[in-house]
Amino acid sequence: MIPGPFNYYRPATVADALKLLSTLGDEARPLAGGHSLVPMMKLRLATPEHLVDLHGVADLKGIRREGNTVVIGAMTTQHELLASDEIGRSLPILDETALLIADPQVRYRGTIGGNVANGDPGNDMPALMMALGASYRLEGKSGAREVAASEFYQGAYFTALEPGELLTSVAIPVPSAGHGYAYEKLKRKVGDYATAAAAVVLTMAGGKVATCKIALTNLSETPLLAEDAAKAVIGTSLDPATLKKAAAAAEAIMSPAADARGPVEYRKHVGGIMVMRALQRAAGRAS
Amino acid sequence: MPKTHITMKVNGAEVEGLVESRTLLVHFIRENLAMTGTHIGCETTHCGACTVDIDGMSVKSCTMFAVQAQGSDITTIEGMANADGSLSALQEGFRMMHGLQCGFCTPGMIMRAHRLLKENPQPTEDEVRMGISGNICRCTGYQNIVKAIQYAAAKINGVEFREAAE
Repeated sequence: MIPGPFNYYRPATVADALKLLSTLGDEARPLAGGHSLVPMMKLRLATPEHLVDLHGVADLKGIRREGNTVVIGAMTTQHELLASDEIGRSLPILDETALLIADPQVRYRGTIGGNVANGDPGNDMPALMMALGASYRLEGKSGAREVAASEFYQGAYFTALEPGELLTSVAIPVPSAGHGYAYEKLKRKVGDYATAAAAVVLTMAGGKVATCKIALTNLSETPLLAEDAAKAVIGTSLDPATLKKAAAAAEAIMSPAADARGPVEYRKHVGGIMVMRALQRAAGRAS
Repeated sequence: MPKTHITMKVNGAEVEGLVESRTLLVHFIRENLAMTGTHIGCETTHCGACTVDIDGMSVKSCTMFAVQAQGSDITTIEGMANADGSLSALQEGFRMMHGLQCGFCTPGMIMRAHRLLKENPQPTEDEVRMGISGNICRCTGYQNIVKAIQYAAAKINGVEFREAAE
């Protein structure tokens, strides 16, 4: 399985990468970790004429704290997230999730930017970004703009990225100290995409849920923010009846595909269970 | 298609070649460098047979282009023996613990275990199993591969290897 021919470019700056993408036009694709794009190219499902490899752009790497926000360069790998003290301290849900992505070799190459920008409904980070209220920095020839993760996804592989634009970093507001979090992912085996997965970030006060965000992976063409499900648990102590109500509210917005991971009814059912488990585990971690 | 001249270090030696941009790293290693220890299994990033060590990372060399390895420092299974030609701790572990049957996955297993033990010299059994979760073996059921890696860890740490009771 050998990909079709293409021209290879390795710019050293974001400006050069943007210039290449705009000059080369529609047949050019940026290459991040390559663990989605290269397999697609081998199957000839993707046949870009030009690949703009971003590995030479040092400015796209790294994790930094800016006040109450963590900014992660798009080319930061899952492995680097797992190795980062800053992430472990302030955004432990990223570690929990990164460990559920593919396998160790893939995590050395796979990047956060590629994961969130590709628009693959099976990718795990987008739901997290929604639950955390993250935003993406999109840079193009005519300047930069910030787009909220919740506004970014339009359909499977369709996003707010315009032709010639690059997603250069992800900005995540740090959740308050003592927040609870969990990412529950049901998959058939190591390395698989989710049959269903749910991300929860919440805070508790006096044994009751004070704030809560719930987001879902691979249960629709895009990641979903389950707002009604989150509303249903506010002010409760997550008793069994409330958990069931939240699961039902989440299931009401799911529209998964029927595929090798199971029929629609099954995927919605286990999606509800992932929501209940994530809520319980997150509450157990909150202080 | 025009070809690109690339240079890199493989097992300590400077190598070079002319490649099309679409040439996968694993093909460059096997066909241009004639090092066939790195195996091609699934070609779909699942099986790990093509794993090599690149700049301190375990990478599936079927999912990277050779041009991307320009200037990098690569170790393949051919570079794993000790300088005097004797077996390294990992190779010895696979031999002593019978960590292979058909042997097809072994180069990838050893290259992945090599980086795992560099990052975590005393892994628990669970950590070994998660550490090689990107490598598939269809013969052994993994039991003896895990023991082989634990054997190597013990040897590297200078302690006696004790098999867990079964």
